[in-house]
Amino acid sequence: MVLLEVKDVHFSYDGKPVLKGVSLQVSGGEILGLIGPNGAGKSTLIKLIAGILAPQEGAIEILGRPIKSWRRQDLAKVVALVPQGAYIPPTFTVWESVLLGRTPYLRFPGIASKKDIEAVQRAMEWAEVGHLQDKFVGELSGGERQRVILARALAQEPKVLLLDEPTAHLDIHHQVSTLRLIQGLARAEGLAVLAVLHDLNLASSFSDRIALLVEGRVLAQGSPEEVIVADRLHRAYGSGILVMSRPDNSTRPIVLPDLRIS
Amino acid sequence: MAVAVLLLLAVSLIATSWGAAGIPASAVARILLGQGEYPATWQTILFQIRIPRIILGGIVGMTLAVAGAVYQAIFRNPLADPYLLGVSSGASFGAALAIYFVWRFSWGGLNAVSLAAFGGAMLATAAIYSLGRVGGKAPITTLILAGVAMGALLSSATTFFMFTAREAFHTINLLGWLMGSLALADWARIKTIAPYVAIAFGVIAYYSHILNVLQLDEEQAMALGVEVERVKLLIIASASLATAAAVSVSGVIGFVGIIIPHMVRLIWGSDYRFLLPMSAILGGLCLILADGLIRLLFAPRELPIGVVTAFLGAPFFLYLLRRYKKEVFYF
Repeated sequence: MVLLEVKDVHFSYDGKPVLKGVSLQVSGGEILGLIGPNGAGKSTLIKLIAGILAPQEGAIEILGRPIKSWRRQDLAKVVALVPQGAYIPPTFTVWESVLLGRTPYLRFPGIASKKDIEAVQRAMEWAEVGHLQDKFVGELSGGERQRVILARALAQEPKVLLLDEPTAHLDIHHQVSTLRLIQGLARAEGLAVLAVLHDLNLASSFSDRIALLVEGRVLAQGSPEEVIVADRLHRAYGSGILVMSRPDNSTRPIVLPDLRIS
Repeated sequence: MAVAVLLLLAVSLIATSWGAAGIPASAVARILLGQGEYPATWQTILFQIRIPRIILGGIVGMTLAVAGAVYQAIFRNPLADPYLLGVSSGASFGAALAIYFVWRFSWGGLNAVSLAAFGGAMLATAAIYSLGRVGGKAPITTLILAGVAMGALLSSATTFFMFTAREAFHTINLLGWLMGSLALADWARIKTIAPYVAIAFGVIAYYSHILNVLQLDEEQAMALGVEVERVKLLIIASASLATAAAVSVSGVIGFVGIIIPHMVRLIWGSDYRFLLPMSAILGGLCLILADGLIRLLFAPRELPIGVVTAFLGAPFFLYLLRRYKKEVFYF
């Protein structure tokens, strides 16, 4: 079932067009990887879907309803965002930080109900930060912090999960474990996941489908094998990229810098 | 927190026996309990001067500490205090006008200086907020800069009035007002400002969890379902209203509004559902204690209360800063 649909969306900052007619769909249980060069409009698209910005033309539908008709508080119960380099005050504990994900559900005076506490605990277990719950955010490593922000998003109990560079600043072990976790959640909970990924190999390895965004337009959309092909990547990123098949029998391609081109 | 409340009550009670007229603590206790025979003047001093002064000190201290905490969260700036958006410069300007032109009107137990200060504070804040708006939003940096510019303009006008006043005592009056004092406390003033402070505290308490969310950046707050611009306007309006009411009767008292929330944050962390009530209690405590010490040590002379809060509070805060050694605020 299609949970997120973007239809011919246009957006410009101060008259400077950033998105020029973007369309895509994400179904429950599916990960759509969003790739593209710097400045292609990936983060802008994510912010539009999270309701932080509003499109000038076109429509975004969440669970079949236009985003304009959602109250912000209700939208936050359905769409969760893991922003790029998100800031959390260092004097918040992990528990307090994850509880912020319950904001759209909390009633005055902000005291968590049993249901809220259960949702926070579940989210912390999924993101494997339960053992850190009493630590201050300022004491965490980069990978732990990223997982706390993921836990916060999961505490929103969303249907659509938006990830902007969820693996930035993580080592390869944490990159793989974070994306495995997201993949497992998408399958188990039927989440529709839209993830901006700069690392083409991670995008190829973990996306069910990939959309290649270049200068505000979707240049290609499809399975990793269909999108990660040399001439498309050369058009998007310039030459200097080598697309290869991988040694582990998967059909998902891998990408290397081409050292023959100087 | 219960300990803090008890401490607040204890200090308030003890402070009733401090003052120019030497009334022994035992006599104060018996008068409060309605026992014993004491001179009528003692009763008057207690019920018409000291107790209102303590209550007003408590209200003003609570207001400044809560407003400071609110601004620090909204502006994500450790240097934010209740006067960030022009409340103090507007109030000072209003008071300067009233003193310079010897305005004589009054309302609700407030004299012209208080009323002009209140009006000036609200007008200045409203002006800064509307000048700081860009395309339907009020970005925090623009607001802060608009506040700085407006503050400079109003301060220069206030200083001008101070130096060109026809009578020397006008200048002294204004100077005394600018530094803050609780010497004019009475029941009428308390009754007049209490509703404003109560309404503002109600709104702020309602949004205490949202103030946690606003300590993130505004985009994250929006993604968590917060109507950032609407909530920001409501909270800023409430905090400014309460501060303007407090400042109008006490003058500009510094230090409490910026330091008390940081003390609470250092010791107990940044959860505003706890930080706000705790700041209120300690803010009230701090002013009652400072004002009490002034009466105890300097009576019958009056000293600006900000002198005492900063002189005793600053070393204590520095001690806390060293003791806890947390990196508290890289907002």
